[in-house]
Amino acid sequence: MMTLAQSGFPEVMSQVTLAHYLFVSGAMFTIGLVGFLTRRNLIIMFLCTELMFQAAGIALVAFGRFHLDFTGQTFVIFVLTVAAAEAAMALALVVLLFRRRESLDAEAWREMRG
Amino acid sequence: MQTVLAGILAATIGSPPEGGGDGVAHGATAMLLVPALTLLGVVLTGLCAAFRVKNKLPAWISVGLLAASFVIVLKTYLEQSTGVRIAHGFEWITFSLGQHNGGPIPFVANFSLYVDSLTLLWMLFVTGLGALIALYASEYMSHDVGAGYCRFFAAFNLFVFSMSCLVMADNLLLLFLGWEGVGLCSYLLIGYFYKKPAAVAAAKKAFIMNRIGDLGLVLGMMGTFVAFGTIQMVPLFDMISRGVDGAGQPIGGTWVEWVLPMLFTVGAFGKSAQLFFYVWLPDAMEGPTPVSALIHAATMVTAGVFLIARMMPLYTLDESHFILSAVAWSGAITAFWAATIGMAHFDIKRIMGYSTVSQLGFMFAGLGVMTSTGAAFHVFTHAFFKATLFLACGAVMHGFAGQLDLRKLSGLRKMPGWRIVALAMLVGALNLAGFPLLAGYWSKDIILAEAFVMNGPVGWILLLTAGLTAYYTFRAYFRVFEGPVEYHAGDDHHGADDHAHDRHGHDGHDGHDAHDAHAKAEHGHEGHGGHGGHGGEFHPHAPGWAINLVLTVLSVGCFAIIPLTFMGDHGGWVGTMVHHSTAHIEHAGDPALAPHGTFLGMDPHKVMYYVSGIVGFVGIAVAWWLHLAGRTSAATSRADALAAKLGPIVRGARGRWYVDEIYDFLICRPLWVLAHVFHQVDQWIVDGLVNLTGGLPRFVGATVRPSQSGELHGYAVGMAGGVAVLLIVVLLAVT
Repeated sequence: MMTLAQSGFPEVMSQVTLAHYLFVSGAMFTIGLVGFLTRRNLIIMFLCTELMFQAAGIALVAFGRFHLDFTGQTFVIFVLTVAAAEAAMALALVVLLFRRRESLDAEAWREMRG
Repeated sequence: MQTVLAGILAATIGSPPEGGGDGVAHGATAMLLVPALTLLGVVLTGLCAAFRVKNKLPAWISVGLLAASFVIVLKTYLEQSTGVRIAHGFEWITFSLGQHNGGPIPFVANFSLYVDSLTLLWMLFVTGLGALIALYASEYMSHDVGAGYCRFFAAFNLFVFSMSCLVMADNLLLLFLGWEGVGLCSYLLIGYFYKKPAAVAAAKKAFIMNRIGDLGLVLGMMGTFVAFGTIQMVPLFDMISRGVDGAGQPIGGTWVEWVLPMLFTVGAFGKSAQLFFYVWLPDAMEGPTPVSALIHAATMVTAGVFLIARMMPLYTLDESHFILSAVAWSGAITAFWAATIGMAHFDIKRIMGYSTVSQLGFMFAGLGVMTSTGAAFHVFTHAFFKATLFLACGAVMHGFAGQLDLRKLSGLRKMPGWRIVALAMLVGALNLAGFPLLAGYWSKDIILAEAFVMNGPVGWILLLTAGLTAYYTFRAYFRVFEGPVEYHAGDDHHGADDHAHDRHGHDGHDGHDAHDAHAKAEHGHEGHGGHGGHGGEFHPHAPGWAINLVLTVLSVGCFAIIPLTFMGDHGGWVGTMVHHSTAHIEHAGDPALAPHGTFLGMDPHKVMYYVSGIVGFVGIAVAWWLHLAGRTSAATSRADALAAKLGPIVRGARGRWYVDEIYDFLICRPLWVLAHVFHQVDQWIVDGLVNLTGGLPRFVGATVRPSQSGELHGYAVGMAGGVAVLLIVVLLAVT
């Protein structure tokens, strides 16, 4: 199974296995998560969510390739499309929030708890 | 209402009502108009209230309808029918109950009237006095024209309606309906001045005390149904007279002979303020005076006497007359007890209240010594003279801004415009004191004579009480109406709302002229005598034509009923009326059955005329010596020195022998404590459980709530942690 999945790759990458992709994906996700949890700047936090998003995308593509199934890749295309729209919305929101408080600090919106 | 009218219509057209054929004549259907008219009065005065009538219309409606009722009763009386007539109104309650002797027991209670001479006697003075007192009230209540005026007359009409149901009921259930109705109206009218805490308390006291007696009546009614299988008067009296019940079994035994009369007696004592129940009646004087005169002197409180008189066949089933002698003793003790309190009080209306309790005691003693004639006659004369006394007191109260203290009023007879009131008071007082040859003298005399015949000790107590009665009655009369002229205004106007004072002098009724004339006379007095109270600021207003007319009619009535004593063959007109009714006692005074007692060795029937007359004179003379002779001011009299010597006795009587305090300590206090115990149980155990159920989710919520901090990072950590936990669980589950 493993060998079948590796076939068709360029020579330089023949040593690259699923585990490597998953490691990159996991690392990206962890960086995004830690960034999200530690930073207070709304834009940075938004970028961190994007990072986690893409980590998930890499994992999906890697698994899709590993199983020789295009569903994963197709799905990632859709996700990217939606993410693009969502990024536009999110950045617009950040701009509006900034205008209200003259600050990008997430703490400034504490009272919106519910 | 419509049903009543339909019933009358059906009855007058002549369709024979069901249940006939038992030998009882149907007729006297006109009597159905009495409850119908009074109920119409309630509706009309209610409409007056709804349309915010601001004049005396409700009073004229009431006077007119009550006078019409009186005319109907008088017309029925003049038909001279001696038997029982049943006026069938409509079927009220009919159903079958259980199995007894092989068949279901029918329970029948129709809205039908049992019209016999006892009923007519009672209805004559209920409607007659009702009309007169409504006329009096039209002026007396004039300070309250508007919603209060309508409310007063609506309750007034409802009272006469209930009283007519009570008196004319052909079954015990309808009687009970009337019984409760008069209790309700009594409550409503005592509490008429509902902004005055004392009036509200008195109303509640009267209502609650009456409930105790009513329990006796309800149990008696149920017991009657159990024992006889019916609560209708006609079959009931038929069974008693034949001595067998519906199934042909002989009646008798402890239940019928002792328990039932005892229960009815408890009911009668509650309504008529006897023995342990009397405390509500003096307090009921908080109500407007016309109410005191009609309900708490003349009619409602005699309902107990009526009940026992009506049920007399049941009472006489027992050959030993145990219950009747208990009634006699209770009546005599109550008469004496209330008279002692009346002797010491200063509020003339309260004195009259205690006097009513005392006179009711006389009536019960009369019933107890088996002279239902004497009792009914005393009810009849008492209705006249006590109404007169109350209305005269009311006129004083009306004119002197609620002043009733006999130490602050004096010599009113000599003031202009007060002559009629003083004379009416004198007539009433003479009757109450038993002045020879007056109506009150004859009626009291029958009771006293029979008491000595049947039960010597009771006779002595009553004779002593008659002397005390003469004393306290004339104490009030001599203090208020005789002696030097002096008055001090009361601090309220019938205890009514504040604006009454402003309208006091300006309502432009007939008292106005007298009031102006008086102001001059009053200043004259101040000139030479130095008496005259607050002459400058306060002008007493003498009663107008309505009050004077009613007082005159009633005073004349007190004399007009004297000839009735000598009519007929059965001890006067009232005796004849009683003779033809269920109250008649077959063997009363029969020496074979009853011990024929004597008065110091003489025949009471022959000597009592003189003895009671002398006792009355002595009482009046003592009152004259102590309270009029040589009196120079309103507040002091020769009795003060005597009162100081008697010390604790006078203080005890003035404190009403502390009966209210004893009741408070024995009954109200423990109930209060029990109520508080229950309150604590409710608060800590019942509410505690409920609060615990509610408190648990609140506690959980309070614990978890801080996690909703609004910090975005907190939520993120929560999500990440949750995912981590989930991952660990999945990994552990997989491996």
